[in-house]
Amino acid sequence: MRIGLLIRLIVLAVLLVFLIHPDTFAGFFSLFTKPNQPPIYNQGSLLDITLNHLAIVLTATVASTLIAVGLAILVTRPFGAEFLPLSRSLANVGQTFPPVAVLALAVPMLGFGTAPTLVALFLYGLLPIFENTLTGLTNLPPAVTDAAKGVGMTGWQRLLKVELPLALPVILAGIRLSTVISLATATIGSTVAARTLGEVIIAGLTANNTAFVLQGGLIVGVLAVLIYDALSALERFLMARTGQLGRAAA
Amino acid sequence: MIEIDDITKTYGENTVVDRVSLVIDPGTICVIVGTSGSGKTTLMRMINKLVDQTSGAIRIDGEDIAGIPAYELRRRIGYAIQGHGLFPHRTVGQNIATVPKLLGWDKKRIADRVEELLTLFQLDPAQYRDRLPNELSGGQQQRVGVARALAAKPNILLMDEPYGALDPVIRAKAQEDLLAVQRQFETTIVLVTHDMEEAIHLGTKIAVMDKGQLLQHDVPQQIIANPATPFVAELIGSAERPFRLLSLGKVADHIEPGEVAGTPLDAGVTLRDAYAELLWSGRPALPVTRDGKVIGQVTLAQLARLAARPQ
Repeated sequence: MRIGLLIRLIVLAVLLVFLIHPDTFAGFFSLFTKPNQPPIYNQGSLLDITLNHLAIVLTATVASTLIAVGLAILVTRPFGAEFLPLSRSLANVGQTFPPVAVLALAVPMLGFGTAPTLVALFLYGLLPIFENTLTGLTNLPPAVTDAAKGVGMTGWQRLLKVELPLALPVILAGIRLSTVISLATATIGSTVAARTLGEVIIAGLTANNTAFVLQGGLIVGVLAVLIYDALSALERFLMARTGQLGRAAA
Repeated sequence: MIEIDDITKTYGENTVVDRVSLVIDPGTICVIVGTSGSGKTTLMRMINKLVDQTSGAIRIDGEDIAGIPAYELRRRIGYAIQGHGLFPHRTVGQNIATVPKLLGWDKKRIADRVEELLTLFQLDPAQYRDRLPNELSGGQQQRVGVARALAAKPNILLMDEPYGALDPVIRAKAQEDLLAVQRQFETTIVLVTHDMEEAIHLGTKIAVMDKGQLLQHDVPQQIIANPATPFVAELIGSAERPFRLLSLGKVADHIEPGEVAGTPLDAGVTLRDAYAELLWSGRPALPVTRDGKVIGQVTLAQLARLAARPQ
């Protein structure tokens, strides 16, 4: 665990140095270039592009989280139970649509740029969060939910004080999945002129410059691994904090 | 006082509780006994509206509970269940404070009450207040569950198989604790169990249920001596009857004068335990002590008379 943490910190430090002073790594990346090609992406600051990439992913994930958790809460209440199948298929549609198709459909309506990418990522992120929230809210220990009723909590009090806190680690697992998928998928947004790391990869592909492709890919990959690990650690902490480490992780 | 008046509960075609009427006197323990599927738990859960009755009425101290919002009613009634149902993400102290907090007690009063209850259930507040439930043993969790149920000083306590998950030694201790607490606060307790032994031990009165119907509601002596139906007799177990009868009495009430040799018995033990001790020692009589002083004897002949069917 400690060694793992150390490795992750070193990887994070290397990533930061690369983003702030990419020229430090020019020697390494020149191994992958043909003569006279620039070893480091030169059509914009890598740091800016990365931050923009993260901002798009964050915005889309926050939006999917709000909607998906809200929907899941709604359909697990007695009055919303009949909407369960409908909302499930809605979220499923979001998942089965290829992101490229969403982009293609969204561009005529929203124009080029960040907006269609956000829509695609938002739709794509809904299902994992929705399914996990549903699992979390419906798989609570029956004795605990019975006791919550029996002590005289109202429906809202049960939701806020018992059900959501206990379901939180499972919900977070859904958010983690959705974030990592979005991180990777966001690169496609560059095909409709969103400013993401896909830009670097596409520039590399069109100029036949492997170094660019590597840079874009590596940054996305390292970010995905680090964020995945950080959220996993948060989940474990929450599991322990809510006294559920013994329960099987969903 | 809890008046259950002609209560019926049906799920579709299925009648789970069938026209049950029952009056539970204040300050007593009513144990509802039955096999699984007898409707005993459903009957109890209608008292705090966890289940809505199909017909009939339940009154608490004369007030029909139909007119009280469910959450308000439940805050007035303690509720302890099998497997304790403690909130795993809240500390022992927070669990116990649940109902007082819902009722809006001030912080100081809640903290005092938590401390008082932990002490009452022999859990050192300093040591246990801030632990999570999964850091306690099964017996401790069960005690915290009962403490939580009693936190807002309810007049009524509902218990659904509260000792089902405990091993026999801890269960006996928990039962003694419950009896002590009940005597101290004069809480009216409705306890559901499938265990006739537990019912006889704890119940002021026992209500026997089968297939949704109330077969008999009476004091343990009567249930043992005059079971209303063959089913009740079967629940008691014919071979067990004399011993169950003996288990209701204490040695203290049947001491005879005289001095005999042998390992002395405490006046507080039940007649059944005394009987077992007499048989095991092979003596016709044993001395009885109170606070370490011999005050008389208890004889096999006397116990044999007491174990016979009451006329």
